[in-house]
Amino acid sequence: MENQFLIDSEYLSAEALEKKHRLETDPSSRKSHMEYMPGMEQITSDVMEKVMSQMNSYDYEKYTAKDVKAALEHETCSIEDFKALLSPAAAPFLEQMAQKAKIETSKHFGNTVYLFTPLYIANYCENYCVYCGFNCYNHINRMQLNMEQIAHEMKVIADSGMEEILILTGESRAKSDVKYIGEACKLARKYFRMVGLEIYPVNTNEYRYLHECGADYVTVFQETYDSDKYETLHLMGHKRVWPYRFEAQERALMAGMRGAGFSALLGLSDFRKDALASALHVYYLQRKYPQAELSLSCPRLRPIINNDKINPLDVGEKQLCQVLCAYRIFLPFVGITVSSRESEIFRNGIVKIAATKVSAGVSTGIGDHESKYTGKEEDGEQGDEQFEINDGRSFQKMYEDISEEGLQPVLNDYLYV
Amino acid sequence: MKTKDKLVIGGHEFDSRFILGSGKYSMKLIEAAVRDAGAQIITLAVRRANTKDHENILDYIPEGVTLLPNTSGARNAQEAVRIARLARELGCGNFVKVEIMRDSKYLLPDNQETIKATEILAKEGFVVMPYMYPDLNAARDLVNAGAACVMPLASPIGSNKGLATKEFIQILIDEIDLPIIVDAGIGKPSQACEAMEMGAAAIMANTALATAGDLPMMAAAFRQAIEAGRKAYLSGLGRVLTRGASASDPLTGFLH
Repeated sequence: MENQFLIDSEYLSAEALEKKHRLETDPSSRKSHMEYMPGMEQITSDVMEKVMSQMNSYDYEKYTAKDVKAALEHETCSIEDFKALLSPAAAPFLEQMAQKAKIETSKHFGNTVYLFTPLYIANYCENYCVYCGFNCYNHINRMQLNMEQIAHEMKVIADSGMEEILILTGESRAKSDVKYIGEACKLARKYFRMVGLEIYPVNTNEYRYLHECGADYVTVFQETYDSDKYETLHLMGHKRVWPYRFEAQERALMAGMRGAGFSALLGLSDFRKDALASALHVYYLQRKYPQAELSLSCPRLRPIINNDKINPLDVGEKQLCQVLCAYRIFLPFVGITVSSRESEIFRNGIVKIAATKVSAGVSTGIGDHESKYTGKEEDGEQGDEQFEINDGRSFQKMYEDISEEGLQPVLNDYLYV
Repeated sequence: MKTKDKLVIGGHEFDSRFILGSGKYSMKLIEAAVRDAGAQIITLAVRRANTKDHENILDYIPEGVTLLPNTSGARNAQEAVRIARLARELGCGNFVKVEIMRDSKYLLPDNQETIKATEILAKEGFVVMPYMYPDLNAARDLVNAGAACVMPLASPIGSNKGLATKEFIQILIDEIDLPIIVDAGIGKPSQACEAMEMGAAAIMANTALATAGDLPMMAAAFRQAIEAGRKAYLSGLGRVLTRGASASDPLTGFLH
């Protein structure tokens, strides 16, 4: 296993350390990652099989410059064309890909760029995912905001001008149950026009409840579509169950959510295969749920508290740009979000090519918006961050920068009906 | 042009036959559409107007321009009705463009749901302008449902592909007594002109202007193209040979 991830903490008991080491070194000590745990709903769907058969048979080394040129000339980008655009053979064609991507983005979205901000309301987590700052063995300040604190955070954010919020939690059903998240959604509806969720995957009836509470978009990152690799990175907790996570967006759409977000965390496994699977996950679900508004993100690994060695390995900015251009050409109608994990320079460039949504005024910590937004010292304690962000621009600065690039920042294009 | 050549929608008269669509909004676009393209009707996506202080579109609509709120974002008749009512509450007037899409990829309209919503909204006193796929039977149903015009698509929204559905739009123009307003897919002034020559009552466009290099100049070009097409239609187009030449000796010359 990659030793860049494994960090011991002096705060863990001998018993906890022993269990942690056993999970890390002895695969037989871990639960099966392909078996649903009790209470996890199983739906009937052929989407997973379709995505996985394409991914497993994807041999990106076989594509040549000729295939890439043909893909760029085709009016409609087929799956084969998309595979060529993701392949190493497409690297010398990055500028042409960007040109084509820009045309597609402009056709479907004009020159608009949507703005949003995430709000972490709790960082308790029951999972041991080795690369994540919230993992249960990482020694960080844990915190869960109560409704009063959430309202305060939301007010600070809403006062900055932001109209779309993405509510996040660590993955702890025990600490942050569905009811708690639902109450947070109801509060969010008072302060924001659009409410999205990025929480642990839940069952269809729970998504339906959260939808009724005001949420309309559900984002779940699959992290990696390579289930064997996934097994070695998500060692404990509900998140370990790979297929239940894969089907989360479909359950959300079945429950009446308007849209869903998808992504692999690039750098965990073979990024070309993960990018292919992410896009095909969207592609097949769109065919099944044509009314759904689907979006893709493209996060790369970032350093976390207590481990600054974590990095996105072979996924440099050029590779990331290639993936995003390929996404845009293959799926011209989907939203593409680029988060504050990426640098200011990269984000300024990519919104002119393929991205349609960026975050601003971001904190991945808990309860610290007032100090971050106004510089005012907060009285209460704060929870630590999930990862280190790169682009720390405020809402106002982002708004101005986008306008200066000749693009149009949009705060809301949505109605809850 | 004859001064009496007005576009009449739901009893309201307009001199301009260019309507600005809502797809890609910007304040510059609204300005150019009104000043250079002469638009008197501007579409407004209610969901886009559902905003707080920053650049609320409602603040940028010039006086004397008729707002046409649309129901984009609606996935069925019920949602469209709800959005239309909200538009009225927001003070957007009685016009509504019904747009119902169950497809996020091509944004193609759902004719069946559109007919249902049109019927409900027309009864509530709205001037209903339904966006539809050019199908004669659906268009007749829309007329019966109380539509104020019929708005067939030329090609998919944002595609700038022009009159891909030309033959079917012509059938609507020939058979439907309401104004036929060609909506979506018009990519350049020549296509707008062609639709007007066919007898379309007006053109709705957005992307073609929004993505132009020089927005005001393109807006002016659309105005001229639409006026030219309208004049050509009113003048009665001359003979257009579609293929080969016609016989110089009349075929019926043997009849005495």
